[in-house]
Amino acid sequence: MSLTESSKSVFTEEEEKEESFNALWIKEALDELPHNFTITDPFISGHPIVFASLGFLKMTGYSKEEVIGKNGKFFQGPKTNRRSIMEIREAIREERSIQVSLLNYRKSGSPFWMLFHMSPVFGKNDGKVIHFVAVQVPISRREHHRKLRNVSGDLSDHFGSCRREVCFGNFVHQDRALPLECDDDDDDDEQGLEDWEHCEASESEKLKAVEAINNVLSILKRYIELSGRLVCGKRYCLRGADCLSSSLVISLGRIKQSFVLTNPCLPDMPIVYASDAFLTLTGYKRQEVLGQNCRFLSGVDTDFSVLYEMKECILKGQSCTVQILNYSNRKDKSTFWNLLHISPVRNASGKTAYFVGVQVEASCRNTESKELRPETKQLSVVGAVRVAVRSSFMVTC
Amino acid sequence: MLKIKRVPTVVSNYQKDDVADESVGCGRNCLGACCINGARLPLYACKKLEKSGAVEKLVISHEAKEPPVAFLESLVLGEWEDRFQRGLFRYDVTACETKVIPGKYGFVAQLNEGRHLKKRPTEFRVDKVLQAFDGNKFNFTKVGQEELLFQFDAGEDDQVQFFPCMPIDPENSPSVVAINVSPIEYGHVLLIPRVLDCLPQRIDHKSLLLAVHMTAEAANPYFRLGYNSLGAFATINHLHFQAYYLAMPFPLEKAPSKKMVTTVNGVKISELLSYPVRSLLFEGGHSMQDLSDAVSDACVCLQNNNIPFNILISDCGRQIFLMPQCYAEKQALGEVSPELLETQVNPAVWEISGHMVLKRKEDYEGASEENAWRLLAEASLSEERFKEVNALIFEAIGCSNPEEELEGSTVHQQNPSGSVNQKSNRTHGDPITNGTTSECLVLQ
Repeated sequence: MSLTESSKSVFTEEEEKEESFNALWIKEALDELPHNFTITDPFISGHPIVFASLGFLKMTGYSKEEVIGKNGKFFQGPKTNRRSIMEIREAIREERSIQVSLLNYRKSGSPFWMLFHMSPVFGKNDGKVIHFVAVQVPISRREHHRKLRNVSGDLSDHFGSCRREVCFGNFVHQDRALPLECDDDDDDDEQGLEDWEHCEASESEKLKAVEAINNVLSILKRYIELSGRLVCGKRYCLRGADCLSSSLVISLGRIKQSFVLTNPCLPDMPIVYASDAFLTLTGYKRQEVLGQNCRFLSGVDTDFSVLYEMKECILKGQSCTVQILNYSNRKDKSTFWNLLHISPVRNASGKTAYFVGVQVEASCRNTESKELRPETKQLSVVGAVRVAVRSSFMVTC
Repeated sequence: MLKIKRVPTVVSNYQKDDVADESVGCGRNCLGACCINGARLPLYACKKLEKSGAVEKLVISHEAKEPPVAFLESLVLGEWEDRFQRGLFRYDVTACETKVIPGKYGFVAQLNEGRHLKKRPTEFRVDKVLQAFDGNKFNFTKVGQEELLFQFDAGEDDQVQFFPCMPIDPENSPSVVAINVSPIEYGHVLLIPRVLDCLPQRIDHKSLLLAVHMTAEAANPYFRLGYNSLGAFATINHLHFQAYYLAMPFPLEKAPSKKMVTTVNGVKISELLSYPVRSLLFEGGHSMQDLSDAVSDACVCLQNNNIPFNILISDCGRQIFLMPQCYAEKQALGEVSPELLETQVNPAVWEISGHMVLKRKEDYEGASEENAWRLLAEASLSEERFKEVNALIFEAIGCSNPEEELEGSTVHQQNPSGSVNQKSNRTHGDPITNGTTSECLVLQ
């Protein structure tokens, strides 16, 4: 489905009044939906939840504040099936939807089975993923399952764990449809892994999930139609994001140090990715740096021979480490000595797709003996970026 | 005696064509007695193995903030990139083209024309899984110190300890992590347990635990450790594991599995379904050590029965795959088709996991799921042999396959606590019936 005009979160940008108003509007509209769902933003480091429905909060026992900003991993625990996690990870990487049974944990620590249905939300113009919507339908299995076992000890109840469940209960009010409190402790310890391996949702639960996804998407779509033009306003931000898939951005988001990726295939080699730490270091906002050439960090006292040296290395496709005076946009507009390492980064075809620039503020170089050397840390960023880019098969250049 | 000829992989720049190296006091800064004095290397000691390593006691880790690039990962990547930029590798692996082969399984193909150049084929004995260490052949005490990244220690402390410049103590043989100068992916390293003890390529409990520990400590599901036994394409008879980064799932990891048995310690053993190489998956257990020990027991059993095998430690040490294989044996007996042999692809642990490193452009261009499958299927034991081998393994681990007694019915109904049936009176080679179980399938 194509929903928005641009690759931009509908939740997180709050610089312009109209936008935050619209964001408010959409949150209210979504809040009226009875479903349990979350919306995540892959373009924020850590791929966090940016919206959680009231139903979801009720189901998990968390408050909104506790959930916003968390990664979906937050709700998993020791008995969460590893295979389901792998499948979800793959679906995110491949930007496709997935429906899978998943065991999650409430705030109280009690585990529960639910049907996890996730779907990517694409921008209309460039076809990029901007969000993932994940609906969670609790699976009404365990009480049933248990009752059967307790009463009859019948073998057939075992089949229940993998067989399609019959539909029971009224799903219309599924918000409080949690008859399956699994919080007796004996559940945890005495059943071993087996009972936790798989739990198939009923057909009606599956339909429920699809319906919920569709409802959420249609609200998002309506919102976009009302506000599309506005969201579309920031072109040069888009230009930056052009080349990067959401999966690459998620991988890069794991790297907590200051770095940027620049694209040598675009005119003037603009920045296409800037890490959070880079923004902290330089004091700029993301949309101020995306699409820019790195030279905006230079100033009158920057040594031009160093800039020339860097340019030469880039032209030759080589790595280099330089020390360069940079100008920040921090409150005090201070300058800082940047120990900068630049390396070409190849994509899966073996071609240079980006240059990575890793910044270490010279004055902050720690000398503590129990830490990695700053040079090693710096090179580890280069390595992590290489792994992320190489594995991202959707790179276009 | 069964032998095959193959081009050995050059893992170190100090590896000569299997000629005994005479030079001593060699001035090349190796790990031999000649050079070791005063040698220093970073030491990474991971935190004490928690009793509840694999099955966390804590229900939810509430500090579930996305961790920064983990410490060990930074060390591996940073030191590896350093050696990369110093030009120690035989080629730039990131310049090797790679792709996912279209199809249902997602085999990954890489074209690597540089890996096998400049080497002549050597004879390898493939009918003995256990062979004595031979100090005259190439081994890791002969590598240059610049190829070593750090010392790795299973720590005693509750916290990770790191010493950037720790003397190598020849009295207390350190486990080291070294680069593989012929990498098959970024970050390809070798873990060499107690390098100075000159252990032959043979799984023991302590070393496997160290390997599992490293996988867990790396804390990245895309960093797996692998092992090849002799006869299953290990070329160096000096105990070592391999590891590298590939940020996608291996087809082996995606294969559906069917539970066979759970040990007393809660280790669940499953067999893989619809995968070309018949394999076992070990997971769970009350601790990481339980899991590792169950696999070690199985490996020791395979070694004693002279059955070649490969191991893949995946999902941060939570899952361990064990793949007995017979490709080299078939090859030595002339039972492998010439077309397969011509590709010169050896089904070692990475290939069996689904990462095919191809040497010829035509094989890469024409890579298909069928081709990959055909090669791997050749490495697999037959169904009958696999059953025999499983029987040996289950006996060694001390658990019989419950399906034997309860054919066609389910196991964990009888045994909700996961406790194990201790009966293991099966004799070697006795096939196990495991036909029509209704055990839950974990589908893809």
